[in-house]
Amino acid sequence: MRLITVSGPPSSGKTAVICRVIEALRQQAVKVGVVKFDCLSTEDDERYKSMGVLVRKGLSGALCPDHFFVSNIEACFHWGLDEGIDILISESAGLCNRCSPHIKDVMSVCVIDNLSGQNTPKKIGPMLKSADIVVITKGDIVSQAEREVFSFRVKNVNPRSTTMHVNGLTGQGAEELARLFAESSDVGGLGERQLRFAMPTALCSYCLGEKRIGEEYQKGNIRKMDI
Amino acid sequence: MDINEIKIVSGTDKNGNSESVEELTIRKGDILVLAGPTGSGKSLLLSDIEQLANGDSPSGRRVLVDNKVMDPFSMRITACLSQNMHFVMDLDVGSFIGLHAKSRKIETNNTVEKVLKQANDLAGEPLSADMHLASLSGGQSRALMISDAALISNAPVVLIDEIENAGINKTMGIQLLSTEGKMVLIATHDPTLMLTAQKRIIMKNGAMFRLIQSDDVERKHLKYFLEIDRVLEGFRHSLRHGNRLDEETLKRLVELEGANHEQ
Repeated sequence: MRLITVSGPPSSGKTAVICRVIEALRQQAVKVGVVKFDCLSTEDDERYKSMGVLVRKGLSGALCPDHFFVSNIEACFHWGLDEGIDILISESAGLCNRCSPHIKDVMSVCVIDNLSGQNTPKKIGPMLKSADIVVITKGDIVSQAEREVFSFRVKNVNPRSTTMHVNGLTGQGAEELARLFAESSDVGGLGERQLRFAMPTALCSYCLGEKRIGEEYQKGNIRKMDI
Repeated sequence: MDINEIKIVSGTDKNGNSESVEELTIRKGDILVLAGPTGSGKSLLLSDIEQLANGDSPSGRRVLVDNKVMDPFSMRITACLSQNMHFVMDLDVGSFIGLHAKSRKIETNNTVEKVLKQANDLAGEPLSADMHLASLSGGQSRALMISDAALISNAPVVLIDEIENAGINKTMGIQLLSTEGKMVLIATHDPTLMLTAQKRIIMKNGAMFRLIQSDDVERKHLKYFLEIDRVLEGFRHSLRHGNRLDEETLKRLVELEGANHEQ
């Protein structure tokens, strides 16, 4: 089974792009499954279901979403194997921008949109920096010059990535992305594999439910600004 | 980049029926107009060309460059002016032009000044390097887009989508973009622009419906269209600057109509 991790800031068009890719993959009779990770709520699983795609949903709730992802992805992988899925796609929002769900030697995609601001490629860090493919969306809304400046910014942050433009509304570019998905290497299993980037360290009183502000309540891994 | 022709191998309309124009070749120096009602597929055809579609767009068209399939990311052969009236990027005008030039590997001096000057010649209101890109007016944005497309995106194929909506000098804009030896495609609703090209494609329901070659009789219409445009432009200018219409202006119009009837 192939596994693709797709990440990107909220509302960048991840689901629209994945849906278009699935349509293209289906023409080649490839069986696709999706695991949608989110924090508090999502209705995207319904969107996949309405397309007849096998889908699982994981909401991290009070937990750090990327810790939640890494603790569950292996079970999701086994689910995919049991269902006889050819390509399993994990979709997770960019969340705190500090994280990335990308796994070594597993194809990774970052979806980012042209409207998100020219400094965003720098801001969103490892999920873009460590991605194999960067998909830029919403190109129809901006000028050609803006598209070019934006992909230039992306290339500066991640020069070794394949950068491509996909229109989530019309599907333009999705076929090419589907081809890359289908050509990715088979992932035998996830046990012993490593994340490309370490998760944020956080182990302090606030992780354990502390709500009060003040020095005396701050315990554990605390860092102070130089003010 | 030297390109001699672009061939569009047709696809389907919105309902999946084959296009009536099966193949369209655009050669160096050609100016081609796309006409048709809103939603008839003009912009999609332009975007097919921009992205060098290879059966992967909703139309299923394929675009061949000198008879070959090309990767749109490996080469930039098009300069496009889309219907967008505003920029969204959070940058000042000067940095934006500079960055765009850098992304196209243009290292020459005073690019920013040149682009700005050209934009100012087009726009009704001046713009400067320190202005915020996203806060430019529709006219300023469009003028900058045209100037940028002409000077920085300078490419053998020029795609222009409804330049008449910009509130800028459309004739001057077209002249700037379609310099000699380029392949120019203009999507428009403007009758004058439609007749400035030798050929026009009529779009219908997402498809290339008919290819019309302009002839001498059509050319003769152009002279009158230009005259009507000029008169309207005069009124536009006058009204925009707070003038009122009066008996005098009405008389001029009536005379003009009489003159046209006599001819």
